[in-house]
Amino acid sequence: MSDHNGTWWIWKVFWILLVITGVEVALGIVKPEFMLTQLFGTSVLNYVFIILTLVKAAYIVQIFMHVKFEKKGLKYALYLPTLILIPYLTFILLTEGSYLFQ
Amino acid sequence: MASPAEMTQEENNWGGGSRPLGSRYGKLMMWFFLLSDALTFSGFLTAYGLMRFKFESTWPIAENVFTHFPGLEGDQPLLYVALMTFILIMSSVTMVLAVNAGEKMNRKAVTNWMLWTIIGGLIFVGSQAWEWYHFIIGDSGAVETARQEILHIYNEEGERLSFSQVVHGMEEGHASNHGETFTKAEVLAAMKANEGMYIMEPGKAGVSFTHEASVAMLEAGDVVQGANMIHNEYGQKQFANFFFFITGFHGFHVFSGVVINFIIFYNVLLGTYERRGHYRMVEKVGLYWHFVDLVWVFVFTFFYLV
Repeated sequence: MSDHNGTWWIWKVFWILLVITGVEVALGIVKPEFMLTQLFGTSVLNYVFIILTLVKAAYIVQIFMHVKFEKKGLKYALYLPTLILIPYLTFILLTEGSYLFQ
Repeated sequence: MASPAEMTQEENNWGGGSRPLGSRYGKLMMWFFLLSDALTFSGFLTAYGLMRFKFESTWPIAENVFTHFPGLEGDQPLLYVALMTFILIMSSVTMVLAVNAGEKMNRKAVTNWMLWTIIGGLIFVGSQAWEWYHFIIGDSGAVETARQEILHIYNEEGERLSFSQVVHGMEEGHASNHGETFTKAEVLAAMKANEGMYIMEPGKAGVSFTHEASVAMLEAGDVVQGANMIHNEYGQKQFANFFFFITGFHGFHVFSGVVINFIIFYNVLLGTYERRGHYRMVEKVGLYWHFVDLVWVFVFTFFYLV
C-alpha cells in the first residue's frame, strides 16, 4: 500500500458506501411513484437498487480488497470468472426459468 | 551473466520465471477460495430470484416481514437492516485500517483496529439472531388453508388484524401478538362472532373472500404463528426456507470470520507477526472479512430492497 499516504482514502470509501446505503434505504421506504414504471419485467426502482449495489460492490472489491492496485494478471484471474459465470447463470435462469410456468 | 534463454524467461511474464500474479501463495489461495465462495452465493441468490418469480403472487414483501426495531413500537421497515448494514460496513472499515497499520508495522494500531472489527462482527451476528428470533416467533398470525395457502385476516375497514386483535378486540389487542399463542378454536370463535372479518391473500395480487367462505376455510384449515421450515405465517414458505438458508450461510461466514479474526488478534497480542517481520496474515483475514461485507451488500439488496 505504498501508493497511499494516511487513511483518508479509507474514510472516503466509507462515506461513499454510507451515502449509497442511505439513498437505497430512503428509496426503499419512500418508493417514489415515477420509479415504479415497469421496464423489462421489473420496476425502474429495482434497476436503480441493482446498479447502486454494483457500485458499492466495486468500491469494496477495488479499494478495500485492494484489487485496483494488483497486477493485471491477478485482476483478470478474479474478474473474468465472476463477470462471465455469474451473468451467464442469471441469463440461463431468466430464459430457461420460463418452463416453471408451463 | 545470464544466458539468452534465461533472459527471455525473465521478460516473458508467463514463462514461469517471474511472478505473473504479483502475489504470494497464501493471499492467492484466499482469493481463489473467495472466488468459489462468490459463485456459491450467486447460485443461492439466483435460485432465490427464480423461486420468487415462480411464486410472485404469494411471495411475502420483506418490508412487511421485518418491521421491528428494538425499543420502537409499530412498523419500521428497513431501519433495522440498515443499521446492520452500517455495522458491517463500519467493521469492514476498521479491518482496512488494521491492514493499513500492519503494513506500517504499527502493532498497537493493528491491535486496536482488529479489536473493533471483532466487536463489529459480534454485534452483527447478535443483530441477526435478534431478527431470526422475531421472524420465528412471528407477528400477526395467519390462516393456513387445507391446501396450504397462507391468508391474512382483515376487518371491514380493510385493516390487517393480528390474532391478538381478532380475539381480544381492537381496543384490547396489540397490532403484534407479542409472543402470545392462540388456538384455532379461539380465533374461529372470534371470527364467527364478528360478521365484518374476512380473509385475504398476502402479496401483490391479494384475492379476498367473503365472511362465510373465510370461516369455512379456517374451519378446514389451521392457524399459523411465526415461521419455520414447514409453516410460515408471512406467505410462501419457500421464502422462510431461503431466508434461513441464505442469511444463515452468510451469518455462519460472519461467525467464522469473527473466530478467525480473534485468532489473528490473539497472535498480534503475542507478537507473532512482529517476530515474523510482516503482518500478511492480517491482510489475508482482511480479504475474507471484506468478502463477508461484499456478500451482505447483495443479500441486503435482493432480500430486503428489491
